[in-house]
Amino acid sequence: MWRWVRQQLGFDPPHQSDTRTIYIANRFPQNGLYTPQKFIDNRIISSKYTVWNFVPKNLFEQFRRVANFYFLIIFLVQLMIDTPTSPITSGLPLFFVITVTAIKQGYEDWLRHNSDNEVNGAPVYVVRSGGLVKTRSKNIRVGDIVRIAKDEIFPADLVLLSSDRLDGSCHVTTASLDGETNLKTHVAVPETAVLQTVANLDTLVAVIECQQPEADLYRFMGRMIITQQMEEIVRPLGPESLLLRGARLKNTKEIFGVAVYTGMETKMALNYKSKSQKRSAVEKSMNTFLIIYLIILISEAIISTILKYTWQAEEKWDEPWYNQKTEHQRNSSKILRFISDFLAFLVLYNFIIPISLYVTVEMQKFLGSFFIGWDLDLYHEESDQKAQVNTSDLNEELGQIKEHDLFFKAVSLCHTVQISSVQTDGIGDGPWQSSLAPSQLEYYASSPDEKALVEAAARIGIVFVGNTEETMEVKILGKLERYKLLHVLEFDSDRRRMSVIVQAPSGERFLFAKGAESSILPKCIGGEIEKTRIHVDEFALKGLRTLCVAYRQFTSKEYEVIDRRLFEARTALQQREEKLADVFHYIEKDLILLGATAVEDRLQDKVRETIEALRMAGIKVWVLTGDKHETAVSVSLSCGHFHRTMNILELTNQKSDSECAEQLRQLARRITEDHVIQHGLVVDGTSLSLALREHEKLFMEVCRNCSAVLCCRMAPLQKAKVIRLIKISPEKPITLAVGDGANDVSMIQEAHVGIGIMGKEGRQAARNSDYAIARFKFLSKLLFVHGHFYYIRIATLVQYFFYKNVCFITPQFLYQFYCLFSQQTLYDSVYLTLYNICFTSLPILIYSLLEQHIDPHILQNKPTLYRDISKNRLLSIKTFLYWTILGFSHAFIFFFGSYFLIGKDASLLGNGQMFGNWTFGTLVFTVMVITVTVKMALETHFWTWINHLVTWGSIIFYFVFSLFYGGILWPFLGSQNMYFVFIQLLSSGSAWFAIILMVVTCLFLDVMKKVFDRQLHPTSTEKAQLTETNSSIKCVDSLCCFPEGETTCASVRRMLERVIGRCSPTHISRSWSASDPFYTNDRSILTLSTMDSSTC
Amino acid sequence: MAMNYNAKDEVDGGPPCPPGGTAKTRRPDNTAFKQQRLPAWQPILTAGTVLPTFFIIGLIFIPIGIGIFVTSNNIREIEIDYTGTEPSSPCNKCLSPDVTPCICTINFTLEKSFEGNVFMYYGLSNFYQNHRRYVKSRDDSQLNGDPSALLNPSKECEPYRRNEDKPIAPCGAIANSMFNDTLELFLISNESDPTPVPIPLKKKGIAWWTDKNVKFRNPPGGENLEERFKGTTKPVNWLKPVYMLDSDIDNSGFVNEDFIVWMRTAALPTFRKLYRLIERKNDLHPTLPAGRYYLNITYNYPVHSFDGRKRMILSTISWMGGKNPFLGIAYIAIGSISFLLGVVLLVINHKYRNNSNTADITI
Repeated sequence: MWRWVRQQLGFDPPHQSDTRTIYIANRFPQNGLYTPQKFIDNRIISSKYTVWNFVPKNLFEQFRRVANFYFLIIFLVQLMIDTPTSPITSGLPLFFVITVTAIKQGYEDWLRHNSDNEVNGAPVYVVRSGGLVKTRSKNIRVGDIVRIAKDEIFPADLVLLSSDRLDGSCHVTTASLDGETNLKTHVAVPETAVLQTVANLDTLVAVIECQQPEADLYRFMGRMIITQQMEEIVRPLGPESLLLRGARLKNTKEIFGVAVYTGMETKMALNYKSKSQKRSAVEKSMNTFLIIYLIILISEAIISTILKYTWQAEEKWDEPWYNQKTEHQRNSSKILRFISDFLAFLVLYNFIIPISLYVTVEMQKFLGSFFIGWDLDLYHEESDQKAQVNTSDLNEELGQIKEHDLFFKAVSLCHTVQISSVQTDGIGDGPWQSSLAPSQLEYYASSPDEKALVEAAARIGIVFVGNTEETMEVKILGKLERYKLLHVLEFDSDRRRMSVIVQAPSGERFLFAKGAESSILPKCIGGEIEKTRIHVDEFALKGLRTLCVAYRQFTSKEYEVIDRRLFEARTALQQREEKLADVFHYIEKDLILLGATAVEDRLQDKVRETIEALRMAGIKVWVLTGDKHETAVSVSLSCGHFHRTMNILELTNQKSDSECAEQLRQLARRITEDHVIQHGLVVDGTSLSLALREHEKLFMEVCRNCSAVLCCRMAPLQKAKVIRLIKISPEKPITLAVGDGANDVSMIQEAHVGIGIMGKEGRQAARNSDYAIARFKFLSKLLFVHGHFYYIRIATLVQYFFYKNVCFITPQFLYQFYCLFSQQTLYDSVYLTLYNICFTSLPILIYSLLEQHIDPHILQNKPTLYRDISKNRLLSIKTFLYWTILGFSHAFIFFFGSYFLIGKDASLLGNGQMFGNWTFGTLVFTVMVITVTVKMALETHFWTWINHLVTWGSIIFYFVFSLFYGGILWPFLGSQNMYFVFIQLLSSGSAWFAIILMVVTCLFLDVMKKVFDRQLHPTSTEKAQLTETNSSIKCVDSLCCFPEGETTCASVRRMLERVIGRCSPTHISRSWSASDPFYTNDRSILTLSTMDSSTC
Repeated sequence: MAMNYNAKDEVDGGPPCPPGGTAKTRRPDNTAFKQQRLPAWQPILTAGTVLPTFFIIGLIFIPIGIGIFVTSNNIREIEIDYTGTEPSSPCNKCLSPDVTPCICTINFTLEKSFEGNVFMYYGLSNFYQNHRRYVKSRDDSQLNGDPSALLNPSKECEPYRRNEDKPIAPCGAIANSMFNDTLELFLISNESDPTPVPIPLKKKGIAWWTDKNVKFRNPPGGENLEERFKGTTKPVNWLKPVYMLDSDIDNSGFVNEDFIVWMRTAALPTFRKLYRLIERKNDLHPTLPAGRYYLNITYNYPVHSFDGRKRMILSTISWMGGKNPFLGIAYIAIGSISFLLGVVLLVINHKYRNNSNTADITI
């Protein structure tokens, strides 16, 4: 079934063979033996639903949620057996929840449909029967020849046939696919490149054989068999001839291409599949709580059932003369009755599981995440980027980060690249410009390093003018020289170098290679190797990125061999990559070293402060980088990841297992021996893989004891592996990964929270992250302010929901003791239904959107406050128990308060008339609604007009609604239990006094606990709140304004205090040290904090 | 089914266009709401802010409590149990079902006179009017005079829905078990004259006005109540049909106030229901002067099968109802605790401030 659905949606297409054979323009061979392969059409379907399947499919998905399913079961039970409440009481809230969710999902799907239609209906030009036909994008078939004009987006994965240029090349930007902003050159095979008109193309008879669709954007293997004059020509096809859907044609007037992958089989569509769902820690504890409540619920139901049967053992209670059973009830089987009684109690108490919790949490997350995008502090003016929230499910997780990994480039963003030195640069750097787009004065390059190098070269007089066809023009000191580009040996991460083979104007052929010093130097046989090595190390120490440059001259004989071998390797269908690697290895040897270059990465501003702040917040920072050891260490020092005072331990250059283990043990010993100093650990990629293979535990042990860890020379997958390792380590920390490049994606997706930095290196990281920000420094606001707020908000939200439902249902349970466990409800069904969806829903929702328990500036300036909420503290079992017990005690107060008031069986009315059971229930309910709302008010520290509106509005709404509801004899309602009950209740003076008394008593407990907690062992957050408003205490002390003038006095002073407090550095640093004696021993941090605050 | 792919990416995805290309920036609006800078009142529950509240609560609650307590104490109330389970009780004879009708008389003395309006209640114990099966065993449409419901009562009334193929009016367990003892009160005005003076008991005004006038209505039809209830039969346990509950047509049928009072099910198994009013005659004479009284009971209602008790209660009333010391005591208690905690908090607060002051100075 599931497979079927997936297939219908275009996933898992049935693969018959390993390759697909495409007849260009669908001209199939005439011999008739051939059965054409079937391909899917070019329709992109990102929507989940259609009009027809929306209701069943959406319902099915919603009821897969445990909570919804549970309520559905309860609802069905109510429909089937005789239960105390009508099915409406649980059906309506369920309906409400399901509808709200369905509307949200339907709306999102509608948007997806719209964009699908827009994409599928976009006009495209297809060559059909000798002419150009305009059609819709969705009608493109595999094998169709498509014409694309300049700046258009490719509608399918195309193999380039020809462009308006003679050499059949075109330029594309793949920014929306992989985020790389540079222009990429794609080339057609020479045989088709000449077919530049529709008429010519019509004569083309060719077949493309290529692999089946796969997601890797940079892999494509195939060949084109062209039949020309009864002769078959075979040409290899590689990624350079594949134009990907979603990419955009640039600087080229028009191209023709043949569709090879369409619709959901395009690489773009395949790439957007399955992002695994991340669940936040809050959600996990929420589920734990739900289970606890389920246990409470079931045990309450069991207790009630057992007690019921104990009572019923006696005839006089089971069936007194005044209350006979029907024949049917008498005759039903005992076991059936027992089960149905149990179910009835389950239904009676089922509201203890908060039905609207999920929908409220979802709304809170959805709406709340807007605030991140709206935040001006997270907006970067220069690049016009605001923060993006890709997953709203994790907002609160931002408040829970324990470990924090960042890829280094994140810090060292590139838009201020500077060349610090170009050494012994003899011949000029023509070769390096091979991948540059020539169009503007501005250079587009695939890596910032290349761009920087070309710009720097231009500055010293060697100007790269451009490349036309297969030559490149370089102006050396005003003199134009033309180099012919023969081959490009592309960069790959295994070789860590790239080379070009060019023909100089003099006719000599050269190979130029550039790459990491470790990959170039061993290959060199000449040049000033030792001197360069020293230079390179120096550069690295300064935190520069280094490259070595070398060359090799070919004799024409050598070149012929190379040329042939390269061609063979490139046209191979099988194992092309391996063969190419072999050839490259063969070519790139015996190099003569030319020199080295170094590029400085400027750190983004405030990186140091941010890292310091993270550390102060109790977050362990790991830096994972691909840079070399020395560079990484020096940048770590410059960005404050390592301190000068730190004892830096190294685990590098480990060759064997045993050696690595020995080193680890030694490190562990060193840590225990001198534990006073902070430790920093440096690991490199190879040592790390050794350490992880055999000695994971030992390694993690060492890492935990180090305050800073730096991993250099890391491969992308290794980064993800490190994160996974940290995640499963015994402390189960919450991890956050920050990165900006495509190589950080795996890490970002692996971490609990992935943050992408929207940098110049592309947006792939940003797109795959949960949150994307424009600058690294924004991280501190994102974590310390938004993360902190969201955590507080959602934690309170969850706890409060459980609390209010305990309050709601416990009186119901207690009442059973007074009504022979007959499952009589205490409240009217309308109240039962509306309690969660009307009377108590809004204040908590608004609280969870607007609450700021402490000023955001204070939060940002005092990262230590973040420690207060670490380890999911507000959702710990202890806090949970507190809320639950509070709920129970409140419920006891409502119930027994009302019991003693009414149960003394005296009249409460001035005219001597009596109340009945519904009045009793309404009294309890009224007290409950008020108490629960005011309890929310006590939790609120940030009272905007909206909070006032919903808080007092809820109570007023309850009163107005009840007056209205009780004021009418409702037609169509079976019973008129509530007729005038509420009005009668309010006409009783005693009831008013009792309501006030009970509300005050309930809140008394809570206020006492809060005040004593704050007074006796305040958390640092509470202290910070106090510094913010300590004026009010002084106020009481001096009794200057006690009691009536207190509020005005305090508010004025508070205002003053805030004005002063925000911008006076002395004030903040004083309050800082006062409230954090814990940190006073750490001088460096303290001074920094002062510095930091003075910048405000 | 993780399909996070959004086709829109294809259209407008990608990085921002080269600078200068678009005039529209994505700069978020600088509004107070979006920047979470709405003006807000930020109260903090510190000892400082809570202290005065505690004292105020104490200062307000204690006097209120005393007031309520005194009011409640001034209310006169006398309760007479006439279940008759004790052999010495005059009503003991009525326990056997053979004696019908059984009338018994209980003597009691009022030590002090009852001023103002006096309310006469009957009280039942161990009677579960709040049992679910019982509570729902009624048909409000029928009681509201709906003709179709009259002849075809709700299924909730089972097994008191039909009798001998005729619909029961009023149907259901509540109506069927209506309290049917008759209580009469006589004053023995002076020792010399043994003829007891009957105390006038008012039947009207014991039910909620809205119940009597809106919620409960006799079925429509002719003048004659009997005709309006044609086609129905009386509840099994009743002696008379519903239209003969009272001779007064305004107090008979469904709108009979004794019936309405009974139909308002009690919250707890021990309850009172208002039976009669004894109105104040004039300011000069107390309503019930001190002295000896007879309570005359027509004993019909069986309670001993479920260990029930029956009581008759005479009570005066204040603006806040009958005698109930709980509220007053609770107010005094909470008020005192609040005051006490205020004092404790003051001490703690003082100590704490001293500590933190010194801490401030050291740094």
